Parts: sequence; C-alpha cells; structure tokens
Amino acid sequence: MKFIAKIIVIAGLSYIAELFFPWWSVVVCAFLVNFLLPTKGFNAFLSGFLGVGLLWLMFAWAIDADTNSILSAKVAMLFQLSSSSIMVAVTGLVGGITGGFAALTGSLLRNINRKEPAKPGYYT
Amino acid sequence: MKIVGFVVSLIITLALTVALSVKIESIPPLGYFLDPFHGFWQNAESEDLYVDPLLPAQVRQPVTVLYDSLMIPHIFAQNETDLYWAQGYVQASHRLWQMEFVTHVAAGRVAEIVGERALEFDRRQRRKGLGFAAEHSLQVMQENETAKRITEAYSDGINAYIQSLSYEDYPIEYKLLNYQPEPWTPLKSALLLKYMADDLAGSEDDLESTNALKLFGKEELDRYFPVFLPNRDPIIPTDQRWDFKPTMLDTPTVTFEDSTFYTTTGEKPNPDNGSNNWAVSGARTRSGSPLLANDPHLGLNLPSIWYLVQLHAPEVNVFGATLPGAPGVIIGVNDSIAWGVTNAQRDVKDWYHIEFSNNTRDEYLFGDRMLKTQRRIEEIKVRGEETFYDTVIYTHYGPVMYDQTFPADSSIRAQRNYAMKWVAHDPSLETLTFYYLNRAQNYQEYVAALDYYMSPAQNFVFASATNDVAMWVQGAFPNKWKDQGRFLMDGSHPEQEWKNYIPKEHNAHVLNPERGFVSSANQVPVDTTYPYYVYNSSYEHFRNRRINTLLSGLRRATPQDMMDIQNDTYNQKAADVLGQMLDSLDLSQLTPEEKDRYDLLRGWNLKNTINQKAPTIFEVWWDTFYDQLWDEFAIDSISLNPPNYAATISLMKQYPDDPIFDSQRTTSVETMKDILQESFRAAGQKLDQWVEEQEEDYQWGDYKATSVQHMLQLAPFSVENVPVGGGRNIVSANSSRHGASWKMVVALGEEVQAWGVYPGGQSGNPGSPFYTNMLDTWAKGRYYPMKFFSDPEDAPSSVLVRQTFSPDSSNPE
Repeated sequence: MKFIAKIIVIAGLSYIAELFFPWWSVVVCAFLVNFLLPTKGFNAFLSGFLGVGLLWLMFAWAIDADTNSILSAKVAMLFQLSSSSIMVAVTGLVGGITGGFAALTGSLLRNINRKEPAKPGYYT
Repeated sequence: MKIVGFVVSLIITLALTVALSVKIESIPPLGYFLDPFHGFWQNAESEDLYVDPLLPAQVRQPVTVLYDSLMIPHIFAQNETDLYWAQGYVQASHRLWQMEFVTHVAAGRVAEIVGERALEFDRRQRRKGLGFAAEHSLQVMQENETAKRITEAYSDGINAYIQSLSYEDYPIEYKLLNYQPEPWTPLKSALLLKYMADDLAGSEDDLESTNALKLFGKEELDRYFPVFLPNRDPIIPTDQRWDFKPTMLDTPTVTFEDSTFYTTTGEKPNPDNGSNNWAVSGARTRSGSPLLANDPHLGLNLPSIWYLVQLHAPEVNVFGATLPGAPGVIIGVNDSIAWGVTNAQRDVKDWYHIEFSNNTRDEYLFGDRMLKTQRRIEEIKVRGEETFYDTVIYTHYGPVMYDQTFPADSSIRAQRNYAMKWVAHDPSLETLTFYYLNRAQNYQEYVAALDYYMSPAQNFVFASATNDVAMWVQGAFPNKWKDQGRFLMDGSHPEQEWKNYIPKEHNAHVLNPERGFVSSANQVPVDTTYPYYVYNSSYEHFRNRRINTLLSGLRRATPQDMMDIQNDTYNQKAADVLGQMLDSLDLSQLTPEEKDRYDLLRGWNLKNTINQKAPTIFEVWWDTFYDQLWDEFAIDSISLNPPNYAATISLMKQYPDDPIFDSQRTTSVETMKDILQESFRAAGQKLDQWVEEQEEDYQWGDYKATSVQHMLQLAPFSVENVPVGGGRNIVSANSSRHGASWKMVVALGEEVQAWGVYPGGQSGNPGSPFYTNMLDTWAKGRYYPMKFFSDPEDAPSSVLVRQTFSPDSSNPE
C-alpha cells in the first residue's frame, strides 16, 4: 500500500509541478519524494518509473483519444513508429525511465548516511 | 559502495535529463517535445473549436470576431487601427510559424534555424538584395501616414499574440526545430512582399539567352524564341486602340558579342507560377450583373499559402484571400467591386557586367567616369557554427550577385562580376494598393489604387456592381529599346542602362471591351500594335486560348459556368499538336502494344482527367520528344534553356524541316518524323518501366500524383496522391506540385455572392481538423459559399464561435 501511495504522491506532485515548470520538474519530484520517504533499491526506481510514466502515459492517452490521434499519428510517422498508440507508449516510457532514475538517485542519496536497518537476525 | 551507487545513478539521471533537453541532429529535445503537458501533444486539437471568448487587448474599442464553419474569421472593428490589429492577432494565431518562416526565407535567415546546409541558399537570397529591397520599402512605408499606421497596427496585433505564448502554445514546427518566435516588425511585412516579388517577378533567362545567342546566332534565336506567336491571344484584345503618345527611346547600336559561356545560374522560381482570371460583363450573364473568377497557381504547400478573412470597419467591408504576413485582402470582393490577379510576366530583371578598376572593387567603370561602389556586409548566423559574413558589392544598378566568391562551388562560379538591376529593388507601397482596393467602390477608385503598385507586376481583373469589367496590366515596367536586357549587358556603357519606366497610364489596360469579357492567363499582354517593347522569355499560350474560347461561347453565364471553366481539364497543347504527332507516325513500325497506345490517343477526348491513360501517354511522349528535339540545349558546362512548348509547336508547324530536329547523338540525319517515331517508342518504354516500379497502371491521376507538401517537406504533415485532374498549361492547372492555390468566383449585383475553396485549411497546425479540411472539396472541383456577415449581432447559426477583444483598462496603450 505504501508503495502505491508513493506512486500517487510522485504523480500528483509531478502534475502540479508541470502546471508551473517545464518537463524536467518531474525529475525533481521523483527525486525529492524518494529522498524524503524511505524505499528500497528497485522499488525506488519502480516508484519513479510508474509515478511519472503512468502520469505521462495517461495524459498522452487522454489527448490522443480526445483528438482522434490527429497529430500523434503524424508525429509517430515522423519518428518512424507504426501507430499513435506506440507514440503514447513511447511518451510514457521516456517519462518513466527518467522518473525512475531520478527516484533511484533520491533513494540512494537518502541511504548514504543511514545504517541499513538491522535485519531480524538469528545471530543476535 | 553506497556513494558509488549514488554517483552512478546521479550521473545517469543528469545525463538523461540533459540529453532529453537538447536537440540532437534532427531529433528535437525529446523531454520537452514528448511531455504531454507542454510538448507536441498540446498541439493536437479536438473537433470542437475553442477560442477565448473574451480577451483583454490593446484595442481602443471592442472588436468582435466570428469564426464560421470553415474557421474563417469575420472581424468587426469600430476603427481601422483596431481592424488591422485584430487581423494580425487572428492570422498569427493560425499561421504564426508560416508567417515567420517565409520572412526568414526572404531575408536569407534559414541557416539560423536549420544550420549549415542552408548557408548557400541564404547567401543567394541576400545577394539578390531581398533584404535591401525590403528596407527600401520600409522606409517609404514609414513616410506614408496610412501605410505606417496599418502595418504598425498589424505588427502590434501579431506581437500581442506572440507575447501571450509560452512553450506549450508554440506551433509544432518551433518544437520540432527547437527555436522560438521573435517579435514581428513592419520590415517583415515588407520582406513578405519581396518574397512574392522574387517568386513571381524574379525569373529571367538573360544569361541562358546570351549563351544561346553565341551558340546559334541571332537569326536562329529569333526563330526558336519568338515573342509573338502566330495564333497568339493577348490579354488586351487585339482590336484595342492605344490613344496615347508613347515616350520613345533611341535604340543605341549595341552588339551583344561575348566570348564567354555562362554556367552561373542557380535555382529559379517555378515556371508554372501563373494564374487565371476573368470577368464577364452583365450583358453576357444570366443575372445581368458581372461575374468574376480568379485562381492563382502557386506551389501546393501546407500550411496553405492563402488565409481567408472578412474585414469590417467604418468605410470598409471586404472579404477574400490574404497572405499571412501582410495586412489587408489581396484577392477579394467588397459590397461594390471584386478583383483578382494573375502574374504579369515581363523581363524586369537584367544583368550588367561590371568592370572594376582593381581588386579592391571600390570603383567601377561607367562611361568615361569611375563610380564608387558600396558594401553591404551580410551577417548570416549559422546554427551550431560560426557566423558567416558575406560582403556584397552594390553598384548603382544593384547588387553584384555573382562574383569571385559566389556561388561557393567554384566549378560554376563566375569569373567575372554581374550586377543585377531589378524593379523590385525600388521602394514601393504595394500595401496601399490593397488598402485602397479593399475600399474601392468603382472603376475610378480601382485605377487609383493601382497607382501604388510596382512589383511583382500583376494583371488586375476588375468587375463592379455597376457593370464595369476591366483589366489592367499593372507594375513598374522599364521602358526598353528592342532586345534591351534580353542578354547580359555591359555595365560600363551608359546607353545600356534603363532610362525610365513606362508611364502608368500607358500600361496596357482595357475597360468594357466589345467582346463582353476580360481575361488573363499569363499570356503575352498585348499585340504588336502596342508602342512599347514587350519581352519575356516565356509566355503562356494554351490556358488563355482555352479560356477565351469557353468565355466566347457563353451567352447567359452563371457562377456554375465560371466554376466549370476553372475546373476545365481540356488539353489545349494536345489539341494543337497531337494530330500532327500521330499523323507522322509510321504505323507499320509499331509493336502491338504501341498500336494500343496509338489507338488510345486517337480516341482520347483531350481531357486530362484522372482516370484516363491517354493523357499520360501524351504527356510522356511529349516530354520525351521535347528533350530529344532540344538536345542541342543540353550541354553540361553551359546554362541554356530550350524554347518553351508553344514555341516548339510553332516550330513544328512552320519549320518541320529545321536542322534542329537532327539528333546530336547519331551520325545519321534525323527529321522531325524520325524523332517523333523514336520518342513514341521511348515513351512506351518509360511507361512500362513506371508500371513495373509502381505496380499500378498509369492512369493520369496516379501518374501525375499531385501532392500538397508541408513547407519543411515533412511527409506526415503533407498530403500525397490527391486525386485531382488537370496539368501544366491546362486551365485546371494542377500538376504534381503546383496548382490552383485559391479558387474564387464572385457574382456581383444587388447582393454580392462569392464562392471559394483552396487546397488546405485555415489552420496552419497539422494537429488541427482545419489543417486540410477543404482539400477534398478542392480536389472534387467543388466550392464553399463564402459568407459575408453584415452585422455581428445577427450572426447566423453557421458561426462556430465568437470572440471579443475588449479594451484592456489596465493597459492604457
């Protein structure tokens, strides 16, 4: 649940940031959220990937549907992609990968000065 | 370890962010571009047109704009300044990128956007003196109260729109090429008109003719390149009497002897740039009031060349086609008159060989004196590279376009210096012609409006509700002695200089001719009785004759008749020559396939409709024959232009035994008959090969493959294989990349009615439903009724949206 909440926080913050700032504001959002909230390794990446990626994917998809792919189909051809759906996917993917790495970076920075929580040990 | 992991991840993140924020080669910065909140996604528009219903603006009084179902704005302002402000704002909101790009093209500023590959193009534009010419025009615009007021109001409107934009609102081309719009200035409006002058009055064959003169001699040249053809049908009817005393010139004794061949001629405007226009007097129409029609033929481009608008303010109520970037209506109709234009070709650009005193090029010889040159340093910004500085020497003739540094390719570079003398370099106020035409109520006011019009020269057709029809061939035409400027001239001889212009009132014109109609289609303007020397390297000879034949046959003409003529695909060229071509074939030599093609041609109705094969056979045969015939003109190291189609046909009829028909590739002696036989066979092979490659049959529509292309030649933003009939030298002039860029038919009378269509749409945005929404209708030869609203308050239901600009109280400007 925490994980899903975090994705929603990243997506929500990114959405608000994009109202005022250029695209790279999503990088900052994914980074900050993972710096402030604890997550581990691959999950950190995934939170940024899904938070930003899904936001971009959903938004692009909504525009695509609302405009009958009038422009996305043409831009897809320009990029030699076969359809507007792939254009939507690529948009989500680019947002996702960037968001993912930003989130991972935030999480790793957080963890530099923290001891790893002691594992429930059999040897204590 | 943890630090290493963090640093690696940080580097990847930063590298990704940077990589997605910069343009790499031709790929736009993908982060910005794909971002659905700001990137290209924001350029996609849904079916429902949305505009801000109420916008605070720098207008003095409220301005209402109604957008009709074609998204044509109908602008209602309460004063002229507001009217042109709103025209600028509205035009920019649909066509900003195109407006700016075209003026960059004119100014030679393309390398600034696309980099080094446009440098040679930019140098050429600047060396033509387009910027120099626009600056001249700007100067006189600023000295004229009206011109200054309207161009500044128009600029302010465009700038108000530009200032309202942030990245997400930019037209998609800015996002793709990764640059920003800059503020508009009246200079850009002047540049746009110079761009049109270059496109329409920038073509000549002087150096080619000089080469041809040396190769063939004067006698052959006059035979191959006649200005007046036997069955000519000039714009001004041949029964016209010239009731003025011409300003005559002494013809100096000049010999055009030249020992050099010239290779230095670069890209030229498309020879298919032309148009049709005509007006039928009320005596020959069903309604009893005149009909007027116009279809300018230009490159078939997207965003569309024209933009439709209605402009309404006290003293003016006009509807028609505008050029994005210039205030006012260029081709249109108001409550009392309608007018249209076709290009009035004439040799208005000449070349002078300049003899400099030494390598500094500070002085040049003129008669027995030395004149000083001026230098203009052109600063050409090149994206991603260092700025290129080009020094252009100016003489009193004009810029020395070709010299030791240009063209850059030394294999075609001139060894000597040629200065260009061109009408369009002179300051002029064409904007005022359109300003006054938009308001003209009668023939006198139309003629007065033309006083300001110099370049590019046009045939202005006119019709009024009071039943006048007229045609003026209007422009600044140098008064020349015979053959002056037909060849390269010697700049050191003062007698070879242009002395004066033909007085405007002596320009060829006709009012209410006997025959009951006026028409023009880029043909020779006058017959030999006209007292001034008239020359152009090529005049249209087919469309005009067909139009006049059709118009002569009408007794009770209707608007539908006008549309039918505009859509006429009858091939006059084939009518002139195909019979002779077929008759000369030796049928016994034909293969069965060739015989089939022969039969198709014999049975052809001479129409270039899309689903027939005969027009393809004819056109391919003709082109093959033409190339074989004029092989004497295909010499690699020498620039030459063969005679045009009309002159070729005239030669075939008058001199079928001319030695020019002998092929240069063989030792035997060929006659015209031999070449026709051989080219018919070769044409068949070309067609077979085409079928093999395309895997479809060669119906004319498929073979011609008309396309309407985006200005950046991006295929997805273009429309290919538009099924439309017609072709070169045909009234329906749609060839593969060229055609009727705007078609208008007007019925004058108590209430003015207009119909129109163009191959595109009002929006310049490839993501808008209004980008190409008129294209199908255009291709089918159909029209939209053009709506005039007399009052914004009784706006009919066909209005999509309504926008009001209200005076912004927070901004006293």
